[in-house]
Amino acid sequence: MSENLKPRDHAEVEQAVTWALAGGKALEIVGHGSKRAIGRAAQWDATLDLSGLSGITLYEPAELVLSAKAGTPMAEIEAAVAADGQALAFEPMDYGALLGGLADAATIGGVLAANVSGPRRIKVGAARDHFLGVSAVSGRGELFKSGGRVVKNVTGYDLCKLLAGSWGTLAAMTEVTIKTLPIAETEETAVVLKLDDTIAVKAMTAVMGSAVDVSAAAHLPAPAAARVTELAGQGQSVTAFRLEGVAPSVAHRKALLQTLIAPFGEVAFLDEKPSRALWRSIRDVTPFAADGPAGGRLVWRISTAPSRGAEVGVALAERANAEILYDWAGGLIWAALPPSDDAGASLVRSIVSVAGGHATLVRASAATRAKIDVFTPESAALAALTKRVRESFDPHGVLNAGRMWAGV
Amino acid sequence: MPVAMPVADEAVLARRAEIVAALRRIVPGEGVIASEQAMRPYESDGFTAYRQLPMVVVLPETTEQVAAVLGYCHRQGVRVVPRGAGTSLSGGALPLGDGVLLGMAKFNRVRSIDFANRVAVVEPGVTNLGVTQAVEHAGFYYAPDPSSQIACTIGGNVAENSGGVHCLKYGVTTNNVLGCELVLMTGEIVRLGGAHLDAAGYDLLGVITGSEGLLGVVTEATVRILKKPESARAALIGFAASEDGGECVARIIGAGIIPGGMEMMDRPAIHAAEEFVHAGYPLDVEALLIVELDGPRAEVDHLLDRVQEIANTCRAVVCRASNSEEERLLFWAGRKAAFPAVGRISPDYYCMDGTIPRAKLPLVLRRMQELSAQYGLRVANVFHAGDGNLHPLILYDANKPGELDRAEAFGYDILRLCVEVGGVLTGEHGVGIEKRDLMPTMFSEADLKQQQRLKCAFDDQGLLNPGKVFPTLHRCAELGRMHVHAGRTAFPDLPRF
Repeated sequence: MSENLKPRDHAEVEQAVTWALAGGKALEIVGHGSKRAIGRAAQWDATLDLSGLSGITLYEPAELVLSAKAGTPMAEIEAAVAADGQALAFEPMDYGALLGGLADAATIGGVLAANVSGPRRIKVGAARDHFLGVSAVSGRGELFKSGGRVVKNVTGYDLCKLLAGSWGTLAAMTEVTIKTLPIAETEETAVVLKLDDTIAVKAMTAVMGSAVDVSAAAHLPAPAAARVTELAGQGQSVTAFRLEGVAPSVAHRKALLQTLIAPFGEVAFLDEKPSRALWRSIRDVTPFAADGPAGGRLVWRISTAPSRGAEVGVALAERANAEILYDWAGGLIWAALPPSDDAGASLVRSIVSVAGGHATLVRASAATRAKIDVFTPESAALAALTKRVRESFDPHGVLNAGRMWAGV
Repeated sequence: MPVAMPVADEAVLARRAEIVAALRRIVPGEGVIASEQAMRPYESDGFTAYRQLPMVVVLPETTEQVAAVLGYCHRQGVRVVPRGAGTSLSGGALPLGDGVLLGMAKFNRVRSIDFANRVAVVEPGVTNLGVTQAVEHAGFYYAPDPSSQIACTIGGNVAENSGGVHCLKYGVTTNNVLGCELVLMTGEIVRLGGAHLDAAGYDLLGVITGSEGLLGVVTEATVRILKKPESARAALIGFAASEDGGECVARIIGAGIIPGGMEMMDRPAIHAAEEFVHAGYPLDVEALLIVELDGPRAEVDHLLDRVQEIANTCRAVVCRASNSEEERLLFWAGRKAAFPAVGRISPDYYCMDGTIPRAKLPLVLRRMQELSAQYGLRVANVFHAGDGNLHPLILYDANKPGELDRAEAFGYDILRLCVEVGGVLTGEHGVGIEKRDLMPTMFSEADLKQQQRLKCAFDDQGLLNPGKVFPTLHRCAELGRMHVHAGRTAFPDLPRF
């Protein structure tokens, strides 16, 4: 029978970990559980529920900085910064639709632990690039901090980077400090219809290599595009580019963009409202929503060199009957595969290894996630280093043990 | 108070000839330097107050040689200090008398440029500016621009997580590096990242960056290159009070404007710079702000107008916008020459590097003036105002007995002040040996021990660049010990369900 520990402050988090250490127990760390279905399926003895550590502790818009306890809901943070015309520029996706959970259930700690970002990642970086400071409890039951509240800081190792994307396997974060940035004054999106994947990636590569300075570039093949309200009824693939900034700048770059992509096909523009809705859909991968037509499929998240995106996507479509959605100008591929015994793992990983990058199985049953490597296996030297790094924080495997790989 | 370095291991020194011979077998020819005279150029880096000849200098040319040297040193228990161009201002590359100084200067090739993915793959000995020079023919550049960019190398930039004047908008090294090849102290070679954007597994590259050569030796880096902005213009804004300048910075950012660069100078720095380069700086102001906007011309013009409006509401007494590229460069000329300009008005100066929350600037400047009076030493300030990174320059004369010690004590007080107001000890120069013993003002023992445990995961014997960053050396076995007290497990107050 699994216990649920719900600490109210960092001292109680230390106590909970110390309790687990003494009893040889493994803890599953959760905020609101929105990403609980991601990762290797492992067995934990008790839950360390950090949702009781909630609240913004510092927000100074003029300093572009916000601190919050790890269990603070993203919705609360986004509303607070929006009131001052700011946002978390890395545009963290909401996994609710994709995983069939509630929308707006993420917490800041979970977003950082999973290094979640969105379409704007190609311009401003990922969650890890906006993560300035942290307090956390290690698997030794000890509170430690790293970083600070200023953007320029090289004092000691940057443990924020290491914790970002560590899926709770190193430490339980208790409080975090992140960078906030102003919301762009205007936004517009250019769309080109009917491009095949290869041409679309060429168009995105051309735009990314220009001075147009788009804040997002994505390609939705026809089946995916048909499931986005703003694009429905076209019956065609859609390649989209987002422009953000002050009005004179957007106007200037819009003209540049038009010239650049006109040779690829006819260009149309979406103004702010549909543009926002479109990028939210892409961010949250709603074309593959759990309650939609692709809901029965497994979903892989693939990170590759952007210019090689189509090579990977087309191979997956042809050889694994995958539905594809390309973000990050081709560098992020969401692939929805029909269910199969090995979740297509060997095929997916062999295709990705040719182009470079890695693939993570983000939606699959617990049984599948127990037998397939959810995260790409590492080379022997790297895997050994990863294990030593984990043990330097959590020598007895108390925190989220086995969430990434067996033993990690 | 001089910083104490690890005591040399006599047993290693006694085996020097044997070690040198073994290293010569790995790196033949002139790649191993053992004569005192030839090792002299390596005895210090940009932090010249400290000097130490290494036991031997090794200049490998291939990743395999680096791996073989580190593997040999690991087996033999020999310490290693990696070095790029030796421009560190914090003593990060200060040699150890019983250690191998591993110079990476021969790794100076650009291996490949991938414009489609906007990355360049370079060896660590390529200079920062060399990356830009390799890609500028296609209209690209490498964004981080530390002031030593002509000389400093990418390997050193990764080790120090170097910044520059454009970081507020374009980020520091860590935001601009996507991959690396890394040799561990054991001699194992691992590859991290690549042309794709996010890490598989732990973001080890993120923690290597800024690790000051304590975790591994980078033998190749994949860096992001960006399209050069279409245009840039700057505004030169003078204020009668530094508070007004600070307010102007806050309001510019509050208005949603992220300038490409935003630099501030105080009165002594303005005067020194103006006398040196005649940039046309006003001399009757307490603070001078250079705000540079870059991007499409329409955007730059629009935002520059807004910056000037904001400046006027903040009681600017001088406000000029550049109307030509020559004028923009002239605005910058004084700022860029600020260090040598200060060097002209004082026999020596000591450059500090703290970061503070921007709003604390007036308070910190005031307290610094009080400290200046207390120590009897002048101070001039240049400030990356956009990101709160201060560079106070303490003026002293090393030939006057006691002045160097006073300058160091003054500097330490400034850094303590930075931490006290919510800032940090170092924004871009690194801890090295210079700020090593101040680490406890910012970090608890638990914080530092966790960092050192991480080092043990990379370097189990503490052989790679020991004596830097951490004030106390601990054995890994000692750091790994755990004390679990059964009595602490009760926690009756913790809610359970």
